[in-house]
Amino acid sequence: MALLEVQHLRKSFDEHEVLKDISFSVEKGEVIVIVGPSGCGKSTLLRCINGLESIQGGTILLDDEVISNRTKDMHLIRQKVGMVFQSYDLFPHMNVLNNILLGPLKAQKRNRAKVEKEALEWLERVGLPDKAHSYPRQLSGGQKQRVAIVRALCMHPEVMLFDEVTAALDPEMVREVLDVLMNLAEDGKTMLIVTHHMEFARAVADKVIFLDSGLIVEETTPAQFFNHPASERGRKFLQNFTFEIRKK
Amino acid sequence: MLSSEILDAVSTSFSVFFQGKNFIRLLMGLWVTISIAAVSVVLSIFFGTIFGMIMTIKNRVVRILSKIYLEFMRIMPQLVLLFLAYYGLTRSLGISLSGETASILVFTLWGTAEMGDLVRGALQSVPRHQYESGMAIGLTNRQIFCHIVLPQTLRLLVPMSMNLVTRMIKTTSLVVFVGVIEVVKIGQQIIEGNRLKVPTCSIAVYAVIFFMYFFVCWVFSLLANILEKRQKE
Repeated sequence: MALLEVQHLRKSFDEHEVLKDISFSVEKGEVIVIVGPSGCGKSTLLRCINGLESIQGGTILLDDEVISNRTKDMHLIRQKVGMVFQSYDLFPHMNVLNNILLGPLKAQKRNRAKVEKEALEWLERVGLPDKAHSYPRQLSGGQKQRVAIVRALCMHPEVMLFDEVTAALDPEMVREVLDVLMNLAEDGKTMLIVTHHMEFARAVADKVIFLDSGLIVEETTPAQFFNHPASERGRKFLQNFTFEIRKK
Repeated sequence: MLSSEILDAVSTSFSVFFQGKNFIRLLMGLWVTISIAAVSVVLSIFFGTIFGMIMTIKNRVVRILSKIYLEFMRIMPQLVLLFLAYYGLTRSLGISLSGETASILVFTLWGTAEMGDLVRGALQSVPRHQYESGMAIGLTNRQIFCHIVLPQTLRLLVPMSMNLVTRMIKTTSLVVFVGVIEVVKIGQQIIEGNRLKVPTCSIAVYAVIFFMYFFVCWVFSLLANILEKRQKE
């Protein structure tokens, strides 16, 4: 039984159809990487799963429970679906620890001492043990993004969505964030990752979904997709990331 | 020769403050000014916050009405509004307000408009991503507003509203026209009362009033600067 199931999902902005009949499922502990050209609907797909966008057709199930197009208790669903954004939006008026504690304390009403202990352990794990009392403005982009990941993790979500979490970072900070994701994958976290780092995708994924113009073109193993893409569009897309040597 | 005469005249003009209770009276006038401003500011902050929240509602009618209110309050000179409240209401509706009440009413209506616009700006300056991050950790809309949006709005708002406070304090000098005995009026009374004894005293009285206004407003300007600096850190 799949943990997360997307069935015939359709999403359009006004007349423009962004996602056309998307179906796939995520098993518990599975890491799925979604790749595709920009504007293909990757981010929109994640936003639909987290209920940040309404959908025009299909259903999304989490633990066999319909989670799409709910209005009243969407905030309860979101506690089970963690999401980290490209722009690492920490709350600027709170220090790192309070950023992390806000959700567990206010949304989940959990015990402060326990959550705090957990938060500090996570900070230690992502390499930021001394930043608990720093403010976001004192951190680098990579550090902020790692805090944002910890903030999502401390909610104990059943599945984590990562929406191009390294796209806004300076190149030298990408690694530290991707390492955290790699680490989580090894831990058996269920994750859906949208990324432009193909090497990373190949290394971390159990399954790759190649999305183009709102359709799933390929859904296969990373080895299969990156070595022998089945579709012409997949081949063309992967060519963007390789260069021919100019001088022979 | 000439300069020493001027110096003499100025120093004798200041002597009015050592007669009777003139200086104390002026201070009491300043107190009237400050209390009218203070009551208006407190009311403006309260109603302005509500008005600002209303202004962010995405509804055409609401938006147009609030825009009309804001522009009306900005365009009308405060003096005209004061006359409307003090004389106009009595003439047309038979409602007779005291000068103080009319002043507070007008300054509150004006302050609500200005404050509302500041609150609107501050609310809208909180990026959409902040709301989404709040949603993503499972907060309700109410929790997002209380824990994420409001604190950020207030931080922006405090230094900006200091500017409004000083403008209000200065504008209270108009209330003398609706019969409120405040610092300028008392100054005029002192000048009148000493016309024969110290004919040159007007310069001293107005100079003192100038510094009174200056110091009161300066405190708020300083406060605004400190707050702004702290924000940037």
